[in-house]
Amino acid sequence: MGFDVDIRKTVHSARRSFDLRVSFKTRARRTVIFGPSGAGKSLTLQAIAGLLRPDEGRIAFGDDILFDAAASIDVPARRRRFGYLFQDYALFPKLNVRQNIAFGLSPGLRNPSSHANDEAVDRWLRSFELLDVAAQRPSELSGGQMQRTALARALVHSPRALLLDEPFSALDLELRERMRAELDDLLQRIDIPVLMITHDPEDLEWFGDEALYLRQGVIAERPAPATRRVPTRLTGNHGDHNDACVDGPAASSMKPWPLAPTN
Amino acid sequence: MDSSVWITLALTLKVAGWATAINLVLGVAVGWLLARRRFIGREFVDAVLTLPLVLPPTVMGYYLLVVIGKRGWLGHWLQQTFGINLIFTWQGAVIAATIVAFPLVLKSARSAFETVDPQLENAARVLGLNEWAVFFRVTIPMAWPGILAGVLLVFARSLGEFGATLMVAGSIPGRTQTLSIAVYEAVQAGQDDTANFLVAVTSITCIAVLLAAGRLAPGQRAR
Repeated sequence: MGFDVDIRKTVHSARRSFDLRVSFKTRARRTVIFGPSGAGKSLTLQAIAGLLRPDEGRIAFGDDILFDAAASIDVPARRRRFGYLFQDYALFPKLNVRQNIAFGLSPGLRNPSSHANDEAVDRWLRSFELLDVAAQRPSELSGGQMQRTALARALVHSPRALLLDEPFSALDLELRERMRAELDDLLQRIDIPVLMITHDPEDLEWFGDEALYLRQGVIAERPAPATRRVPTRLTGNHGDHNDACVDGPAASSMKPWPLAPTN
Repeated sequence: MDSSVWITLALTLKVAGWATAINLVLGVAVGWLLARRRFIGREFVDAVLTLPLVLPPTVMGYYLLVVIGKRGWLGHWLQQTFGINLIFTWQGAVIAATIVAFPLVLKSARSAFETVDPQLENAARVLGLNEWAVFFRVTIPMAWPGILAGVLLVFARSLGEFGATLMVAGSIPGRTQTLSIAVYEAVQAGQDDTANFLVAVTSITCIAVLLAAGRLAPGQRAR
């Protein structure tokens, strides 16, 4: 199972218009889309999640077509079954940790009650060490607890893939290091494809089984560093942007990754 | 104090209560449209709906008579089709109070919706909620303090509505005579005791409502 994306979108703001022309295929367990801010990473991730409608093109996950402009297919975000970790976590501020995690389990018009007992929620609370803070609101949590809550909320209804939007950018350096290791550990435990966007070369090093370089709205083709264990397969057809793309991490500091996660 | 004062108070609360309930629904719906939907003439619609805030209430009352009066196009149609007459009824007073107070809830609701982080709504969508569930479980709870503050202002404004109400509903004691109109009549008739009492009741109610609205306004929560 993997992402197959080929989309175009023109976004107009007050001062400029921005052309997004993203095209890639990936079958890797962990894919990182890497690029400077303003390159269109967030737009790409939102389009995949169904939060942004491309002007034209096609988005598929495995055999499942999620968007196809030519065939007028546009599966709404709620039926795409992706977990999405937002940059600032987007936890619901008026709900406690337990309610936040249970949020997607009841699709009706009412929020889950503050002490609802749900086996799946309890399991995630326990495995993410959130039982002690289950009754607290997001504003009372540490950065790590917030991230684990957001992750549990995304994972509790068994998504088929996880989308991560700059998961560490809001954190200071020390916490960022620790959270990277923590997220890495958590991702080893869940057996679904992960797509992360980031502007931080360190993230690329840790999570990029496959790397895609995005600059000014297009995927730039770039050969994988020689020491990379996982071959990089890029289908971006805008090779003329090759020279302009941002430098990846130094090959010497490359961290080897197991191909299959230990469950 | 004779019992007519209490009848007047009850009628005033009934009119203000209905005007508030209608404005809650209308204000939330239109406020959301103006905050979240892009359409041509959006600011023009906002300006027109804000007019009752700046126009003299008598002018609003005149417009209402033109529309729902016996010879008004809507009033004539209602009379012919359903036999409904709104002029000189408490329902007419509700319509007058609703329209005059509407800008207060519209402004509050629109700015409350504009401050709701769209990312939270997106989070709910990705978690499997349809648009109605997103609205009632994320958008409304986040915007609620601002909406409630506007609704309380509407209630206070409806309690004191005078000009448009007098023109549309008149001043029939026990049927359409609200507190503010009763004050006017009492002063005209030289009934100072009645006027004093009515003024005190109106002032206390309005101060209580304003205090509540101030506490609930966004950014002023005591938590």
